[in-house]
Amino acid sequence: MAGGDDLKLLGAWASPFVTRVKLALNFKGLSFEDVEEDLSNKSELLLSSNPVHKKVPVLVHNGKPICESVIIVQYIDEAFAGIGPALLPSDPYERAIARFWAAYVDDKVLVAPWVQSLRAKTEEEKSEGLKQTFAAVETLEGALRECSKGEGYFGGETVGLVDISLGSLLSWLNATEVISGTKIFDPVKTPLLAAWMERFSKLDAAKAALPEVDRVVEFAKKRQAQAAAAAAASETK
Amino acid sequence: MAAEGDLKLLGLSVSPFVVRVRMALHMKGLSYEYIEQDLFNKSELLLKSNPVEKKVPVLIHDGKTILDSSAIVQYIDEVWAAMGPSILPVDPNERATARFWAAYVDDKLFSAYVGINKATTEVEREEKVSEMLAVLEQLEEAFAKNSNGKAFFAGDSIGYLDLAVGCHLLWLKAQHKMFGVVFLDAGKTPLLEAWAKRFAETDAAKEVVPDTGMVMEYAKKRQAYRAAVAAAAATAK
Repeated sequence: MAGGDDLKLLGAWASPFVTRVKLALNFKGLSFEDVEEDLSNKSELLLSSNPVHKKVPVLVHNGKPICESVIIVQYIDEAFAGIGPALLPSDPYERAIARFWAAYVDDKVLVAPWVQSLRAKTEEEKSEGLKQTFAAVETLEGALRECSKGEGYFGGETVGLVDISLGSLLSWLNATEVISGTKIFDPVKTPLLAAWMERFSKLDAAKAALPEVDRVVEFAKKRQAQAAAAAAASETK
Repeated sequence: MAAEGDLKLLGLSVSPFVVRVRMALHMKGLSYEYIEQDLFNKSELLLKSNPVEKKVPVLIHDGKTILDSSAIVQYIDEVWAAMGPSILPVDPNERATARFWAAYVDDKLFSAYVGINKATTEVEREEKVSEMLAVLEQLEEAFAKNSNGKAFFAGDSIGYLDLAVGCHLLWLKAQHKMFGVVFLDAGKTPLLEAWAKRFAETDAAKEVVPDTGMVMEYAKKRQAYRAAVAAAAATAK
């Protein structure tokens, strides 16, 4: 691509959706300006770039905004098709499989159950969230077995869309283990995923994108305390 | 007709996600075996083809299973790239925009009208109707911005986003008949209202979209099912 490509990522360091975009940019070998947003005081640029959702991440490429993490990752793959490795396979059937599992990660592993277990106010809510997460993780183990075809990643020999989608959660998975003692990728129940997590975390592109676990632990603890305080306050009214 | 291999589609005629896929198949001029599913009594084939989610649509192409309506439409577009018009735009930015609004519609529009279907009180329904109207206002803006004064979201003829939004119209029509709500109003959303008329006139829509009577019948069936489940749950306690 001729000239300078101006790439700005509007993000928040703790957000796995933002991490996801950083991973994609890193795996493609693209340099970008990392703009940290204060989500309690969103910038004009963020609000005008994502007027519909007003959320991060937003990738601004040569002044044009692209929103929604999975859409951004596919955009990066398509707009920079000649640069770095392809994030999606070239075969249409394999692409469809990758798209399916990337959507599954967001629906079943990330958003619904696990966020619920982090935000849960009662023990019951938390355990229900975790139960659903574990069920989804078992399904993912099967997906990894099929997609990797004996290689190390969902993308086969190299990292792909699903690796990036799931990989964006790793600091949070590690933080969950530190806080609650629960390993989401149990090496006995889901050996392939446990090994995959090790392997993925060691990649330079991943190390550069994933937030530090200690920082995430602190952040999560603060959030939990805030949620607990809010719950207690509402109950004493 | 070009060799398309063996194509089977497991579907439900009133499902917007199935309608979307059938329109894509029609755009490409593909013939396929359509197998209507009874979702109250799921077939062996459906459960085997989609064990993870047990949902329709499911496309089976030469024995390969493709799931998730967005992934299926993109698969159709990619495999039969040489046949018929392009469903997704070529430019990566335009593709990202189309995907963004498709994701928005599947999330916000869909949940609003499902909410209207499921509402048990007038108040609940009113709430969901307001949500729906807010979404349609956003879409009106999106259409103004992205269509460049042309007839469809994609330009002179239908494309990915037209399919993504248009497939939901059958439910808006049915709910208008069932609850009297005016969703597409030439006063409030003139562009969208005019587009909806044009969409309904396309060959693909005429071929695939079921008539409103059928949609209403299905809505009643689902309502009865929900009531039965609720009654059973109440007596089981």
